[in-house]
Amino acid sequence: MITPKITLESYREIAPQGTVDLAYRLADGIKGRSFVHVNSTRWGGGVAEMLHRLVPLFTDMGLDVRWEVIEGSPVFYQVTKSFHNALQGQDQIITSEMYQEYERINKKNGRKLDLDADCVVIHDPQPAALVYKKKRRSFWLWRCHIDASHPQRKVWNFLKPFVSQYDGAVFSLPDFAQKLNIPQYLMYPSIDPLSDKNRDLSEEEMMAILQRYNIPDKPMILQVSRFDRFKDPLGVIKAYKMVKKYNDCCLVLAGGGAADDPEGLQVLNEVKADGEKDADIIILDLPPDSNLEINALQRKASVVIQKSLKEGFGLTVAEAMWKGKPVIGGFVGGITVQIVYGQTGYTVNSEEGCAYQIRYLLNNPSFAARMGQQAKEYTRRNFLITRHLCDYLALLNMGIHT
Amino acid sequence: MNPFSFTDCIEIKELIGKRADDETSLMELIEEVSLDSIYYHTHSYFLRHYYITGPFSNDFANWAAVQVRDKVLGEKLSAVTPSVTQDMEGLRLEIIDIIDGHLYEQRTNPAVVYGHPFYFMKSKIIEVPTNLVISDLKGFRDALAVVDASAIYNHIFEARLRVKKGRSDFAIWLEENLGLSDLAARIESIDAYMYSLEGLRGKILSLCEAELNQGN
Repeated sequence: MITPKITLESYREIAPQGTVDLAYRLADGIKGRSFVHVNSTRWGGGVAEMLHRLVPLFTDMGLDVRWEVIEGSPVFYQVTKSFHNALQGQDQIITSEMYQEYERINKKNGRKLDLDADCVVIHDPQPAALVYKKKRRSFWLWRCHIDASHPQRKVWNFLKPFVSQYDGAVFSLPDFAQKLNIPQYLMYPSIDPLSDKNRDLSEEEMMAILQRYNIPDKPMILQVSRFDRFKDPLGVIKAYKMVKKYNDCCLVLAGGGAADDPEGLQVLNEVKADGEKDADIIILDLPPDSNLEINALQRKASVVIQKSLKEGFGLTVAEAMWKGKPVIGGFVGGITVQIVYGQTGYTVNSEEGCAYQIRYLLNNPSFAARMGQQAKEYTRRNFLITRHLCDYLALLNMGIHT
Repeated sequence: MNPFSFTDCIEIKELIGKRADDETSLMELIEEVSLDSIYYHTHSYFLRHYYITGPFSNDFANWAAVQVRDKVLGEKLSAVTPSVTQDMEGLRLEIIDIIDGHLYEQRTNPAVVYGHPFYFMKSKIIEVPTNLVISDLKGFRDALAVVDASAIYNHIFEARLRVKKGRSDFAIWLEENLGLSDLAARIESIDAYMYSLEGLRGKILSLCEAELNQGN
């Protein structure tokens, strides 16, 4: 099947009224200028997924936008994986040879890539050292997608001189930012309402998926997340068990990440052990490309949970809200930005709090539906790709014209 | 007569690298930061909540109530409603007075235990002209019904406070160009801080509708 080309016009009926026209007018202000995005991989991971969606929209508006990908050695990717973990607060041992390899690969890519543009956006730490190619009159932004709020100091001290040479840094949450001598901007990530994970599904498509996974015909409580302790799947089961005393319902824990992660596998086994005595607990270890499956589950759920104990931005919340579901989430990370307490869902701090709010929503379906509708509108305004596009265009306008 | 041009706006959010973990440091930083930051935390809120009027319509009140869990200060700060005659410096002093008085009464310094710190931000507003240019009340009503909600923010809050016109662009234009002083006064008397942008749109539209019906 040929997938129809998605253009900015495809979003006109989905985005808030006026947003598509706003994007065109913002693009008019920077026409004739050139832009480059640079990251470390063409496929896999949230950044590549986002660029696959955003870059065609930029070009669709008539902008000269390219996307370059750096090439590294296996050692380089090991080093940047360690950087990634260290910036997110994990202890990592990084030798001086590893730092040298990081700089060597960046220099090599700097010689090879065409970075001659009016505006260059470098994504994440892997290509951050490319800033040595910055020309005096060009505008360079470092877009940091990861939670760098508590970095391993030595690694941050190594990266900081590179980051300080940019014209600005962009973070997804205020908590993720660092003390820097350059302007720091806030830009929330987004979901794409036309992607397989979020597009409208027919009743037949949804039912086929639910039947394939033997989901009982009962009000469904759903959490979609990796099997990871920080996502607290065991806490979700405890909350479900408290609810189950009062409401006949089922719990679906859908996730992945266990196959290549020993700790994930251990968590999955614990979750299975805890849930195996109850036929209404369904545990789905899904492959990474299960977008339609997740979409169908979110659309058929009565209440969606994201009871994380630690979280980055947690876009699964916006995904569920976009499907008109009230979300009950942990009081951490970007979940607190997405859930407006009592309006689009509830943030909770305990299993008991989670159970209580689930019971409330299950027993008040018309209230839950109203809350879900508010959640959808809030997402439409704040977490769709069209808002993200406008944010980028605004920032590029500012960079180009100042 | 000058026609009226609707202008949308978009906000670039900038982190200014200052954070408060307790109410005393919140107060001290409110004293220190630029008025742009005070404006962001008391007004840009509307751009983030087009449809929803939250429990409190400014970030300081929400932070105290939700993150510090000091509902009393949250409620006190929620009562801060910038009047059209008050400038941003006056608003800053009023907020400081409220926190100072609260801390004096409490004799403690409530701090974040489980919640998030308060991160001070400021914003740069970029104006983006639309092609909606009108020259009579009917055209004004029709355009207002379809314009992006950011235009309502721009012509009301930005015009009044950041651009310091003292009144909304809507009221100024309706009075000075169409001679509709009463309608302008009714629009100015709307308590804009009690509405979302969509709520404001609906309220102004109903006033325009009433004026048009009266004219018929």
